[in-house]
Amino acid sequence: MDAVILARIQFASTTLFHFIFVPLSIGLALLIAIMQTMYVIKKDEVYLKMTKFWSIFFLINFAVGVVTGIIQEFQFGMNWSAYSRFVGDIFGAPLAVEALFAFFMESTFIGLWVFGWNRLPTKLHLACIWLVSIGTIASAFWILAANSFMHNPVGFVMQNGRAEMNDIVALLTNPKLWVAFPHTVFGSFATGAFFIIGVSAWNILRKRDIDLFKRSMNVSLILGLVAGLGLAFTGHSQATYLMHAQPMKMAAAEGLWEDSDDPAAWTLVTNIDVENKESTHRVEVPYLLSYLAYGKFEGKVEGMNTLQEKYVLKYGDGNYVPPVKTTFWSFRIMAGTGGVLILLSSLGLFLSYRKKIEQSTKYLKIMVFAIFLPFIGNSFGWIMSEIGRQPWVVNGLMKTADGISPNVSAGQILFSLISFSTIYTLLGITMVFLFIRVIKQGPHEKPKDDISTSDPFETGGVEYAAK
Amino acid sequence: MQLSEIWFVLIGVLFVGFMFLEGFDFGVGMSTKFLAKNDTEKRVLINTIGPFWDANEVWLITAGGAMFAAFPHWYATLFSGYYLPFVVLLLAFIARGVAFEFRGKVHSERWVKIWDAAIFIGSILPPFLLGVMFTSLIKGLPIDKDMNMYAGFLDIVNVYTIIGGITFVLLTYMHGLMFITLKATGEIRERARKEAQKLYWMSGIALIIFTALTAVYTEAFSEKGWILIPLYVVVFILYGMLSLLLRNKKEGLSFTMTGVMIIIITTSFFIALFPNVMISSTDIAFNMSIYDAASGDYSLRIMTIVAATMIPIVLGYTIWSYYVFRKRVTAKDLEY
Ligand code: HDD
Ligand code: HEM
Ligand code: HEM
Repeated sequence: MDAVILARIQFASTTLFHFIFVPLSIGLALLIAIMQTMYVIKKDEVYLKMTKFWSIFFLINFAVGVVTGIIQEFQFGMNWSAYSRFVGDIFGAPLAVEALFAFFMESTFIGLWVFGWNRLPTKLHLACIWLVSIGTIASAFWILAANSFMHNPVGFVMQNGRAEMNDIVALLTNPKLWVAFPHTVFGSFATGAFFIIGVSAWNILRKRDIDLFKRSMNVSLILGLVAGLGLAFTGHSQATYLMHAQPMKMAAAEGLWEDSDDPAAWTLVTNIDVENKESTHRVEVPYLLSYLAYGKFEGKVEGMNTLQEKYVLKYGDGNYVPPVKTTFWSFRIMAGTGGVLILLSSLGLFLSYRKKIEQSTKYLKIMVFAIFLPFIGNSFGWIMSEIGRQPWVVNGLMKTADGISPNVSAGQILFSLISFSTIYTLLGITMVFLFIRVIKQGPHEKPKDDISTSDPFETGGVEYAAK
Repeated sequence: MQLSEIWFVLIGVLFVGFMFLEGFDFGVGMSTKFLAKNDTEKRVLINTIGPFWDANEVWLITAGGAMFAAFPHWYATLFSGYYLPFVVLLLAFIARGVAFEFRGKVHSERWVKIWDAAIFIGSILPPFLLGVMFTSLIKGLPIDKDMNMYAGFLDIVNVYTIIGGITFVLLTYMHGLMFITLKATGEIRERARKEAQKLYWMSGIALIIFTALTAVYTEAFSEKGWILIPLYVVVFILYGMLSLLLRNKKEGLSFTMTGVMIIIITTSFFIALFPNVMISSTDIAFNMSIYDAASGDYSLRIMTIVAATMIPIVLGYTIWSYYVFRKRVTAKDLEY
């Protein structure tokens, strides 16, 4: 395999893996902050127990989020050095700001929060978890500012063969950023909410700590519905936005080879034939594509063939059509999960309002499996967004194939790919193992103080240390 | 001073801060293997750095981000050039980071053993690799006219760089031991100090060989002797004083000494590089200077404004967090 393919597989797998943990961290941080706030206001011990129980998952997950993030930061230089030289000026800046602005805040205050239960005044301690939550969201903002530049380059001039920043305001008001940031953050809230809903459902089914889990579920159902609706609205803005900035991606996401009719119909499913450049057996919803794209029920959408001709004129020979099937199906899977999320969270709120949650075993069982939905939505969202951008790494400015490190051999990339995937697989298995264990143990304080009795390795260390 | 020079200094400061702070984390990580006699002691050791290690690691992440933004060419050449060492470094960081969190989650001998090994390896490899990278950086690497580095195994791993790596490992280990004397109580605190005394001669010798080889293999002392020689004289004076301080149980001062030595030695690499960021062993004409590698002026200006506002805030809450956790760690307050 050549270096470009390997470097792409490497990047795709490490970021997708990072983005399993990221949204859960962002979502859980917010929910835990809300729970602890309720405890501080209402002084009800159940909220304290909730806070502590969910924070076990949060901390395990956060640790994996952090270690997988470090790779992200370094691999631009390792695998994509030509790309890094080309855009470092404008792409590196938000990354550096992210570290200064968000990573220091998250990591310092999470330390203060975890170790500060008995050392900080109640309100100050509460402020720490809020700062962690704000930190995670801020970090999403800055990284997406960098990522949005790749989809819609703004605020730069071409100088010395590189894209150099000349307008920070343009970079931060990038319209792509302002649709992608809320969309991603809502996706993360949904991830945290559905995780708590699912684990709570499992416990309610087993009649354990019903009060605690019902309360956890209610808070999360509200956030889940807000996030689901938020996803649909911001997803719509993403689509409208795509029409202007990356029409080729939109056409691919619709499997649209020729220009559409006016008004354009939205294709639910179709059989895409890449070789003959046609899509057959369309199942269509009339008007919907016009609405998605322009917010009104008229207007036609350009197809891939038209766009391909235009791009050849503009950028020279080459294939500017991204992998159509992947883009098409990823979009449908993501949007599909969005619909299901809204449905399930509204149903849950309705049942909870009618005080029927406990009896609805079928619903509870479904919700255990619904934990996976947001993860699926997130992953396919990114796959659509990033693969639909190909062959460009920076839209219209640099092709992916031109971005790799010329001095790194395919063998080296293969080596790192294998080592990272191995360690990631082990991490993934360990995480699942730990999560299941914690779920089974339930929200009971671990007997922290008498390690001397519970700890088989104990040989008098307590006495030494206590001196 | 130009903006690019200011950023060179800033990145230097970030690496120095990282080596100072994460230095004692590494040392504490190594000590879990050599110092602790049982599980509770291990946990006490790990808990001394519990609230800090993640934030300390962010210094490196910020240094990487700042390099990317302020010197894209430096970032690109360095990270792609040191491809394999970075893979190993990242694996070590991954293992170590999750080990702290995972270790205490299951009470089984096998489980704890796995994560203990991860903590140890993850704490000893990074200072070694960073030492190797810093020393090979000032020795010079095969960089071509397009700023790409094609380093063979021997360019990165040779007598000098291995000594550099070992010196870093020993210094951070000493630094970690000093940190333990400040943060732990009783028996283990005493043992940490004794361990440092035992190590004293070995790391002293490493330091001398390292300094001598630096004079032989690099241009550092011949070109910048007027500043580097006095600095290294200070290092050796401090090292001499450390022996006395250890014997007299002056723990705070000993920690300061190991810290200052790490700061000076890390700084000396950046002084040796200046005004270059990379030295080419192929041809001096291919040396990459600060000015060749830097971003545009606009970027640097914006970043300077951000850094000037954010760094004081970050330092403020970092210091506050050390203040909050100023008390010694005992077996009664273990989180991990
Ligand atoms: C939408 C949000 C988002 C996205 C798209 C990314 N990350 Fe991330 N990252 C986070 C949101 C986040 C976070 C929520 O802030 C994390 C996850 C869990 C955590 O501990 O912090 C984090 C951790 C994290 C860390 C460790 C920080 C620490 O030590 O505290 C680094 C260095 C990165 N990330 C870097 C990256 C890079 C270079 C990315 C691009 C390829 C990236 N992340 C994608
Ligand atoms: C964490 C969420 C993200 C996920 C899951 C993700 C996913 C992907 C995937 C699947 C690809 C591969 C496309 C292909 O090779 O065909 C890709 C490419 C890429 N993405 Fe993202 N991405 C994410 C965030 C980001 C961010 C935030 C950035 C920049 C700051 C970024 C930069 C890149 C780059 C440089 C490539 C080009 C390499 C390539 O084409 O493989 N990605 N990403
Ligand atoms: C409800 C219907 C939804 C619509 C119409 C929608 C629309 C979109 C569109 C058009 C994009 C591509 C943006 C681009 O490539 O520039 C996108 C990206 C994305 N979507 Fe959705 N989405 C929906 C639901 C969801 C759900 C439920 C999730 C996850 C829980 C999700 C997560 C993501 C993510 C992570 C990305 C990539 C980040 C980005 O480019 O902003 N989406 N979405």
